[in-house]
Amino acid sequence: MSIAHRATGSALYAGTLLIALWLIAAASGPAAYETAQWIAGSILGRLVLFGYTFMLLHHMVGGLRHFVWDLGHGFDPQTRTNLAKYSVVVSGGLTVLVWIIALTR
Amino acid sequence: MAEFNLPQNSRLTEGKAWPKPAGAKKVTEFKIYRWNPDDTANPRTDTYYVDRDDCGPMVLDALIWIKNKVDPTLTFRRSCREGICGSCAMNMDGKNGLACTTGIDECGGKGKVAIYPLPHMPVVKDLVPDLTRFYAQHASIEPWLKTTTPAPEKEWKQAKDDREKLDGLYECILCACCSTSCPSYWWNGDRYLGPAALLQAYRWLIDSRDEATGERLDDLEDPFRLYRCHTIMNCANACPKGLNPAKAIAEVKKMMVARQV
Repeated sequence: MSIAHRATGSALYAGTLLIALWLIAAASGPAAYETAQWIAGSILGRLVLFGYTFMLLHHMVGGLRHFVWDLGHGFDPQTRTNLAKYSVVVSGGLTVLVWIIALTR
Repeated sequence: MAEFNLPQNSRLTEGKAWPKPAGAKKVTEFKIYRWNPDDTANPRTDTYYVDRDDCGPMVLDALIWIKNKVDPTLTFRRSCREGICGSCAMNMDGKNGLACTTGIDECGGKGKVAIYPLPHMPVVKDLVPDLTRFYAQHASIEPWLKTTTPAPEKEWKQAKDDREKLDGLYECILCACCSTSCPSYWWNGDRYLGPAALLQAYRWLIDSRDEATGERLDDLEDPFRLYRCHTIMNCANACPKGLNPAKAIAEVKKMMVARQV
């Protein structure tokens, strides 16, 4: 889980770069924005966005897990195993939730 | 820094397979790391077959059986054979532990038991790691009572509940299972003190009789010595005594914050 937190953290650099590119496209005018929207809307684009959503939420939930530890709680064997399980379930659940909301609106 | 490839002369090769014991009914396969400083050969993994009806239940029993009956050159440390000396710490089936308190049947998910020295330490021979630096780090936290007030006529007294704060800390046997399971210690073991030394540091920091708490914290306040701990938790999972170095380190970090507010 520790390495997953690190991996998602590094991957988010690339994801943030994509967001920046999208913003640049939006600032450059309607034609560029149109192209960016088309890429983001393609199957590959959506796949990347889905991955980005999961990594963002996984890293956020992982951050909360570390926050609990930094306060000095959750160190006993059962709790730390549970925290690891919960963070996968919660981040996966939130990702699906975000996409259900996004796709049904 | 992280190194992902072993140097050319450290790459593992397939070693020899020793003969199976004749007439044995229940046999377990052991794959054991071998390296001899006296020749120029690369490290190798030798395969041994242990007659389980002739051998005790623990991994250490099997190692001693192999040394006595098959290959006297197999080198490993052992002493107390009951989990109190910490000599026989090694990596069994991918997990650090004491060979004397790890059952053969607890390892070997794939029907065989793989045994390596503690990870990421220099090897002296076979399963014997060089723990010089590990011990030096323990010495660097000055693991003894430090006081400035004049010594009392008899012993230094401690209240019962202050004594209880040392439970879960004083039991550490310095076997190095935790530190050598920590990726942060693998990559920065020269500057990061590692879970074992930090658990010992905390043991003295919260000792009600110790009067050098401030100096001890000053010594630890360093981006590497203490703060290379990223709460990875391998240490707590590895400890064969069931201690929790991760929690001790978190408590030290809390003390660092507490003295600034």
